Amino acid sequence: MKNLDPDKIKVILATDCGSTTTKAILIQKVGDSYRQTHRGEAPTTVEEPFADVTMGVINAVTEVGELAGRRFVDDDGKLIHPATETEGCDIYISTSSAGGGLQMMVAGVIKEMTAASAKRAALGAGAIVMDTIASNDKRKPHDQIQRIRELRPDMILISGGVDGGNTTQVVQIAELIAPAKPRPRFGGKYRLPIIFAGNKDAAPLVKETFDEDVELSIVDNLRPVLEYENLGPARDAIHDVFLEHVMAHAPGYDKLMTWTDAPIMPTPGAVGNILQTIANTQGINAVGVDIGGATTDVFSVFDKTFNRTVSANLGMSYSISNVCAEATMPKILRWVHFDMDERELRNRVKNKMIRPTTIPQTREALIFEQAVAREALRLAYQQHKEFATTLKGVQQQRTVGDTFSQQVGGQTIVDNMKLDLLVASGGVLSHAPRMNQTAMLLIDAFEPEGFTTLAKDSIFMMPHLGVLAEVHPKAATEVFEKDCLIYLGTCVAAKGTGKEGRPCFSYEIKGSSLNERGEMMYGDLKLFPLGQGETAMVAIDPAKGFDFGNGPGKRIERQVKGGTVGLILDARGRPLALPEDRATGQATMKRWVEAMNMYPGEKK
Amino acid sequence: MTFRTRRVLPIPGDVLVKVGDKVKARDVVAQTFMPGDVTPINMANLLSMPPGDVPGCMIAKEGQTIAVGDVLARSPGIFGFFKNEIKSKVAGTIETISPVTGQVIVRGAPIPVQVGAYLNGAVAEVIPNEGVVIEAEVAFIQGIFGIGGETFGPIRMACKQHAQELTEDLITDDMKGCVIVGGARMHYTAVKKAIRVGVAAIVSGGIDDADLKEVLGYDLGVAITGSEQAGITLIITEGFGDIAMAERTFELLDSHKGHETAVNGATQIRAGVMRPEIVVPLSAVAADKAAGARNVAGLLEVGTMVRIIRDPYFGLIGAVNNLPPEPAVLGSGSKARVLEVRFDSGETVTVPRANVELIEG
Repeated sequence: MKNLDPDKIKVILATDCGSTTTKAILIQKVGDSYRQTHRGEAPTTVEEPFADVTMGVINAVTEVGELAGRRFVDDDGKLIHPATETEGCDIYISTSSAGGGLQMMVAGVIKEMTAASAKRAALGAGAIVMDTIASNDKRKPHDQIQRIRELRPDMILISGGVDGGNTTQVVQIAELIAPAKPRPRFGGKYRLPIIFAGNKDAAPLVKETFDEDVELSIVDNLRPVLEYENLGPARDAIHDVFLEHVMAHAPGYDKLMTWTDAPIMPTPGAVGNILQTIANTQGINAVGVDIGGATTDVFSVFDKTFNRTVSANLGMSYSISNVCAEATMPKILRWVHFDMDERELRNRVKNKMIRPTTIPQTREALIFEQAVAREALRLAYQQHKEFATTLKGVQQQRTVGDTFSQQVGGQTIVDNMKLDLLVASGGVLSHAPRMNQTAMLLIDAFEPEGFTTLAKDSIFMMPHLGVLAEVHPKAATEVFEKDCLIYLGTCVAAKGTGKEGRPCFSYEIKGSSLNERGEMMYGDLKLFPLGQGETAMVAIDPAKGFDFGNGPGKRIERQVKGGTVGLILDARGRPLALPEDRATGQATMKRWVEAMNMYPGEKK
Repeated sequence: MTFRTRRVLPIPGDVLVKVGDKVKARDVVAQTFMPGDVTPINMANLLSMPPGDVPGCMIAKEGQTIAVGDVLARSPGIFGFFKNEIKSKVAGTIETISPVTGQVIVRGAPIPVQVGAYLNGAVAEVIPNEGVVIEAEVAFIQGIFGIGGETFGPIRMACKQHAQELTEDLITDDMKGCVIVGGARMHYTAVKKAIRVGVAAIVSGGIDDADLKEVLGYDLGVAITGSEQAGITLIITEGFGDIAMAERTFELLDSHKGHETAVNGATQIRAGVMRPEIVVPLSAVAADKAAGARNVAGLLEVGTMVRIIRDPYFGLIGAVNNLPPEPAVLGSGSKARVLEVRFDSGETVTVPRANVELIEG
């Protein structure tokens, strides 16, 4: 960063280049403190006919300029930098997730063993695994080579052989990939990164196999012995290579890098920064989610351990069709409280996939998108739980018995009962027309248990603040506290299952504006107004078998935070089960939609 | 327009043409031999012995050529009895015998691999030992989504106008090997019949996702296509559902009916996007006149022609009538910047700016 006196910085411009939308925010010094003042957005322009990410940046920044009455872009289409009294900005920073996520191929000797480990490592690093190549995958070598060429992966992870074991077949895999010379998706100068995480004895031979057309990294074997998986080094290497090679070749990225005052940070990295800051300063367990067009990133801090997963194939535009394929249409439609024509919906989903920048115009389209979002979030959280295990970063032990099963070993450290704060970010959550919708999406997808505070990133600025914290911590902290986090309220939810209409718990709420007591039946959902900045004491007496944090059936009393939505009492049980039958499901969903006042003004 | 395409072998080989040569789409421009198929045989399992003992039991040795039925290995048996013989089910050469895994690798005969020219044109460049760049004057039409790989054939118009749906009865036996042009949605029954008839490819305005699922046999998740083995290449030019092909695209294809055409359904929707293509080689004169109804880059202004790309007005084309600067509240309750579109009928609608694409007027 240039040498600037932090106190003299008055205008900060920050952009986040998402896979679908480029968001720009303006932070200005108002009096003695920094405040976020204006925002703008424009479609990301990595695709033809533009193929230059900076055009989207300019468009988003121009919108901010129009709203702020300040010119940021000169006649040559360049950012005005540094600022004058009426024009330009003092600091410009950016994050980016443009590129549509990371797309990889993995290879191993035996499909069910080393290739499967390689796949787990790639998935854990947040990649879409486009294909798995193995000596025994029943395809002819030239078909495998042709497949590598056709798919244009961003990188390839090769595994194979335990340390000290077979080297020939490992080298054979490398010999299969070396002649393929896949053409990259980003320009001609790109050298395909290949990560080798196989038998250490084979590493020198593998090195000999590849020429200077590829960027080879050699890391520790991800399957050093048959009974152990050591995915950490391969996963880290994938992240590094992604940032250094793949992102840097997104169209126009080279130009963008020359504009910024700090290195461009990948969006998930920046959001992770901010979430860790919140959890550490408040001494709480937190989960954050950022749902984008191509990917859904989940971040968690439990007992000070930070974990991040990037579900590269779960998103609301590029990957929307994959969400529908993975979740299946009936699972999505269970969140919709009226009839929808499935044939038409399928076409809509595909049309969104092929033209990712469109937005829902009608209420019906919005309700459907929010249904898809619940499933994307649910699946992403499921993946996160599977990867955030007690053995994070160290060798993960798998018994011989586990070797042939695909279950992920290790105990998850994600515990919904211990979760204190759930933060929502990303277009479909941050831009939901009503915050009650955001709250409901979070509760339905994450199924928080006990007492959980819900918040949202007001206008999707966590990534911007994450990178700003690196260059101007004071401004980042001030804006974060005053403008970024909007508390939605608190969800108090019962863990356990019961019968519809039977008692679940009784409650007593005492606060300055709220004094309520009553009983909740299993399946009920209730919303109480408890405004921003307000608190209340909530005492819960659970029925037998229901838990709120003190154990089944045990009374609990906690102070809760209010917010723009309020206090939500949820007696729907955990795990959350919806009726299988469509008609009953619709009626149940309708009841919950009304209880949460999600879509007011809707015809009954 | 001048179209260039790179045609390269998966591994180094021989280039069969030279710069300036005229080639036809199906001509082989480069060829090579790939190492033969690899067949691993788990000999330790078959002989029920530890991997370390396998090399001692092998009758066939590394580098030896074997035929189907040849004895590969023989176990010592017990006191000379109950010997177990393993015969080869494949022909080839013994490549390795592993004392670590007990695997025997048999490599089959080399496989010839050829690369075709893809389109009628001239060789513009030779990449030594790899392939060539073919150049031709073409009419180039980009689809929005497709499945299936490269194929060729003369253009045959199955529909009479751009808004006509492509139904089964419009597919006839004499369309074998052709690139069929439909109008609006292509029906599953039409696709099925086309596959039966042996049609090379179908180009039409739209397809129903449910029909696509039937054709593929699975629900398409991530839009990375090109290697499907559906027996046909399908390209849609507009989108999913009942949507008519842009009139201009239809007319352009119609004006080239009978011309030998190369098509490729391969689509990758992500950064570095790849869309399906229809490439009609032309004489230089005709090339100047040809242009599809492509999406264009530009600014939204009053009078600009746009296509609405999201429901409830999906597929409709009109002119920008008004560009209010302030964000408006949509039916969904969201706030967004909008524009007003006027259709030919005179009706005007308001849609989010994000839900239109500019098209050539």
